[in-house]
Amino acid sequence: MNIRRWTVTLLAAFVALLTIAPLLWMLSVSFMARGEASQFPPPLLPSDPGLDNYRMLFGTFGIGRFLLNSLLISTLATALALLFTIPAGYAFAKLRFKGRDATFRLLVAALVVPGQIGMLPLFLELKAMGLVNSYAGALVPWLAGIFGIFLVRQYCLSIPDEMLEAARIDGASEAQILRRIVLPILTPIIVTLALFVFLGSWNDFMWPLIILADQDLYTLPVALAAMSRQHVQDNELMMAGAVVTTLPVLILFLALQRFYLSGLLTGSVKG
Amino acid sequence: MSAQRRTNESASAAGRASEARAGWAMSSPALAAIILFFVLPAIASLALSFTDFDIYALADIGNLRFVGFANYERLIGNPLFWKAVTNTLLFVGFGVPFIVALSLFAAMLVNSRWLKWRPVWRVALFAPYVTTLVATAVVWRYLLHTRYGLVNYLLSLFGIAPIDWLGDPHASLPAILIFVGWKTFGYNMIIFLAALQTVPRELDEAARIDGAGWFTRLRHVTLPAIAPTVLLVSVLTVAGMFQLFAEPYVMTQGGPAQSTVTILYFMYEEGFKWWNLGSGAAVAFLLFLCILAVTLVQLRLANRSGAI
Repeated sequence: MNIRRWTVTLLAAFVALLTIAPLLWMLSVSFMARGEASQFPPPLLPSDPGLDNYRMLFGTFGIGRFLLNSLLISTLATALALLFTIPAGYAFAKLRFKGRDATFRLLVAALVVPGQIGMLPLFLELKAMGLVNSYAGALVPWLAGIFGIFLVRQYCLSIPDEMLEAARIDGASEAQILRRIVLPILTPIIVTLALFVFLGSWNDFMWPLIILADQDLYTLPVALAAMSRQHVQDNELMMAGAVVTTLPVLILFLALQRFYLSGLLTGSVKG
Repeated sequence: MSAQRRTNESASAAGRASEARAGWAMSSPALAAIILFFVLPAIASLALSFTDFDIYALADIGNLRFVGFANYERLIGNPLFWKAVTNTLLFVGFGVPFIVALSLFAAMLVNSRWLKWRPVWRVALFAPYVTTLVATAVVWRYLLHTRYGLVNYLLSLFGIAPIDWLGDPHASLPAILIFVGWKTFGYNMIIFLAALQTVPRELDEAARIDGAGWFTRLRHVTLPAIAPTVLLVSVLTVAGMFQLFAEPYVMTQGGPAQSTVTILYFMYEEGFKWWNLGSGAAVAFLLFLCILAVTLVQLRLANRSGAI
């Protein structure tokens, strides 16, 4: 039994190491000197670790600007998505109004339509609104988060009606009920949803690529893709760029993984 | 007494009305955004596909003409479109079994009752899924480098000659699949794990005592128990394969010899490189029909097996 325990655990450790090896390698190469990784056999660790690549990224390439763009867009996307989806999700779960169930069924059906289908007309629509090549244009898809409404509604269904009814009898308005009673209960799902939207908008590539033409507005993934097309040879520099792009979300995920994984199951299995 | 009741009734009727008002007030901002930025564009996509919307129409809408099915006819006659369709089907055909098997293997490993420190391995295996796609695609482009890449180095330890992963039209599709598999298996693994936890341990134990080997138990005990989940994961993976874009964009730019041009990549180039928005919208609509077909099959199968 003990041998079996160790074999399985060792196998899992090996598979896990293999899985995170590309990320460890990325980190290691980012500290190497220029051209050091282009040898055979490929070195695993830098012989003289340094921060030159990062200095060059923030100095010559101005990656700080893209980092700020990404932070700004992801933070705003998260705030706006929460502002739009939480009241809607609660209303669909707990407030009785005409047409509610039919509307919700339509939303669930629309969940299967991928956003890329309408990308070209959305581009034209935003062009007419003067939002192409602006932060606002990059934020727009995150307002229309059907999945978020669905997630919040699922969670709200477990709130007992008596609790809301009691507050109504005490004379609380619907807005007060949402703010004082429902929001505190929703905290875990709000964290989950915020995490989903933040990571989603941070990692998103196709839409910002289309809508942001001005280099000053580029998010990290768009800037990194453009850089990687121009600097194919600069292995070490690109790895440093990849670290700057992906480390913030990796850390965020590791810190809040409990919320992320539980939300993932609500969304995919029950959905 | 009756006056009292009447006040209560009218109060509750007023409460009902205010509840309904609040319901609309709270849901309408989100609904408006969904209609404006999701529903309308999706419908407009179909309308756009019947026009010759191009760079001239972009400059002056007066140049726009209705062209009927001309965009669709031109697509059917375009070899690159068929190349994109074939490539996408190859991604589905090879990628789905590969990724489902990989995810199931990982889930069974993490679910093993002999495993120590389970949460650690689970997070490590899931980590690639939350990384930034563009960043890790860049990393993998170097890992797959013909001369200095770690992948070819590891293969050389087993006496395998260097493979030109991203330069050989026969290796480029597997190369991207390896990357996509690495990036996404953690997500499927979590779904499989939840399903595996519902399989009674006693069943597996009884089969083991009866002398059934590992593979027999997998085939006759585990797989039948989680069949609906296998289906769900397969369909999610098919949908994912239809949406490949950033992977070829960053790793191969659709090459070599257009071997990694996917439908979405083709749509992007039609629409935003050549500004043939009418034709690009036609591609989008065809893609939608494909995904819809897959989803309907999913719903039918799921209904039949009572999965969801």
